[in-house]
Amino acid sequence: MGNLDGKGKQMSNRLTLTIAGVVGLSTLLAPTMTMARDLTVVSWGGNYQDAQREIFFKPFAETSGMPVLDEAWDGGIGVIQSKVRAGNPNWDVVQVEAEELALGCFDGLYETIDWSRVADQNDFLPPAISECGVGAIVWSTAIAYDSAVLAEGPNSWADFWDTAKFPGKRALRKGPKYTLEFALMADGVPPHDVYQVLSTPPGVDRAFAKLDELKDSLVWWEAGAQPLQLLASGEVVMTAAYNGRITGINRSEGRNFKVVWPGSILAVDSWVILKDAENKEAALDFISFASKPENLAKLPEFIAYGLPSISASDMVPAEYQLDLPTYPDNLTEALPLDVDFWIDNSESLTQRFNAWLNQ
Amino acid sequence: MSAPQEIKTASARAMLLGPALVFMAMVFFLPIWTVLVQSVSDPAISNALPATVAAVAEWDPHTAPTIAMQEALAEDLRAIDDPQILGDVVRRLNSQQAGFRTLISRTSGALNRLADDASIDLVAIDPRWDDPIYSQAIAATMSPTTDRFLLAAVDMARDAAGNIGTVGPDVSANRDTFLRTFAIAATVSLVCLLIGYPYAMLMASSRGWVRGVLIASVLLPLWTSLLVRTAAWYVLLQDKGLINSALQWVGLIDEPLGLLFSRTGVVIAMSHVLLPFMVLPIYSVLLTIPPNLGPAAASLGANPIRSFLHVQLPLSSLGIASGSLLVFMSAIGYYITPALIGGPTDQMISSLIAFFAMGSANWGMAAAFGVLLLIPTLLLYVAYDRVTSRTNGRST
Repeated sequence: MGNLDGKGKQMSNRLTLTIAGVVGLSTLLAPTMTMARDLTVVSWGGNYQDAQREIFFKPFAETSGMPVLDEAWDGGIGVIQSKVRAGNPNWDVVQVEAEELALGCFDGLYETIDWSRVADQNDFLPPAISECGVGAIVWSTAIAYDSAVLAEGPNSWADFWDTAKFPGKRALRKGPKYTLEFALMADGVPPHDVYQVLSTPPGVDRAFAKLDELKDSLVWWEAGAQPLQLLASGEVVMTAAYNGRITGINRSEGRNFKVVWPGSILAVDSWVILKDAENKEAALDFISFASKPENLAKLPEFIAYGLPSISASDMVPAEYQLDLPTYPDNLTEALPLDVDFWIDNSESLTQRFNAWLNQ
Repeated sequence: MSAPQEIKTASARAMLLGPALVFMAMVFFLPIWTVLVQSVSDPAISNALPATVAAVAEWDPHTAPTIAMQEALAEDLRAIDDPQILGDVVRRLNSQQAGFRTLISRTSGALNRLADDASIDLVAIDPRWDDPIYSQAIAATMSPTTDRFLLAAVDMARDAAGNIGTVGPDVSANRDTFLRTFAIAATVSLVCLLIGYPYAMLMASSRGWVRGVLIASVLLPLWTSLLVRTAAWYVLLQDKGLINSALQWVGLIDEPLGLLFSRTGVVIAMSHVLLPFMVLPIYSVLLTIPPNLGPAAASLGANPIRSFLHVQLPLSSLGIASGSLLVFMSAIGYYITPALIGGPTDQMISSLIAFFAMGSANWGMAAAFGVLLLIPTLLLYVAYDRVTSRTNGRST
């Protein structure tokens, strides 16, 4: 009997193991067998994404009946590449910067956009049109300071570098992009010559030499919400920041942060659909919804980014126009980001920048 | 036990171990193997540009590309129908020589507009082709295996003749970052030991609810997200944060200490985050030490310090070793804490891995850094294994 009992025990053990194995395997395979994922839209977080949620994500979910899941990211072509390469990416629509648009489009990481379903190309600014992406905003990286702390604020990058006139720490976005341009402008290079100078080795040396002057007073941020926190806590006296967030925090928290337009750098962010994304049809519907002039025109009330659509820009109430990077007075001494320069030189200059940071 | 039964036990054991082994293989050995392979393989060019690779062999590296090379490159570029493969080629070449992105996209665009039988003149498409550095870059990336990534990770490179040399500190400073990573990890381990050991002693010697509270105050932070704890330290360490305000209010300091964006801040925050990994192993070892050893040592005339140094410390050395090892190994991989709390000279290797993997999709470089972090971890593990097996051998 003992033997039989033992056998019975072994049988049941084997059964338990088999069940455990099946359960284990199915958990491993689960991600590929789950039910349809909700349309997933990824943007840049912070008060910008809060605004997008109010005017794009929620209304789209209501009108289309499709729930929208929104996530935030901090950029990086590697993030997109690894998602697409792994197959069945878990994001559908992503808002990308101009370089990620150019790189990913060339690499075939995005679906081709059927513009006839999205918007009228004649109504869009040229840099906002791509076969892989639809322009979402025109935004600017500019000096920001707290006018409650500095009554008489900086007016240029030369002032940003002037630690005698404005004592205290300053913050810049970590990385060579923007930083080198700002350094050259601080060194007296006029905005329209910046990339010409930066394309030569002596120009790069000049930018790093200028950065040396300010190195001990600099702190570096990576996510767009950080510079606001640094300014608000008084940790820095001025910072490079995304202009829309500055106006956003002024309106939402009653701050009086100022944006310095001369020497600001303009760029276009675009919506893209990841290659082979599960919800690519819904994704295109979403982009189309978010690109309708009447929907786009709601954005500047929440956050002061310029709009890619000309007719949408015309609908923006005059009181919000003044804060937009696309407002004519704000454009006069601004510099458009040179995407080609950065897709060629980003890796080598980042390496040099990291080495410089280490010294 | 009869022979068939033994077999049955063996097969039952295999079935029990099977899932664990499969799991280990899939989530541990396979990824590490992939990383190892990734750090020395460089297949993009040899796979995608076979004709060019053949043509480059007959070319003098100091001159502009030959007609045969240009035709071969055109043939290769036209043959690529998957944009992701072309993307790999471009990323690899641009990483070797900045400028290839715009060069290849312009070239392949022009080639596609050209009739198939038209003669190829790359220099006419883009004058940069006349410069041999671009052809040299292609020649340098032809081999499917490479030591380039591993060399670059320690600031070295091969020159045109293939000799290995060091790259200047203004171009690449990875060695400093490695040394700093180990220095920070060692400091954090030491701080954790100095705080964690007395704490574990306190835990082991207390009873009832006191011990419960002590254990909970170690475990609760462990269950809180790393990011949350780092963010909390960010707030505390600011110039106008709680710590500086309190010290100023008490009158100990006049100016804020500048804890945020400093090495001190990084060590404080990382030590707090990693403290449980020191306390728990030591605590579990201390519990096994018979409590009457202390009085026994005292009865033989040892003062408390001598008794601690000669009795308790040697007996708890295993706990110290495993705690220190756990903290050190976790610390060398830290990314978010130095990124948020540290200044530019407090960044650790993980920040470079993050840049190469996520920022520029250069998986070879990212893998090379990963391998170089893995080596000291493995060495430490071997050392630890020796120590513990010797100690175990003695006790049994």
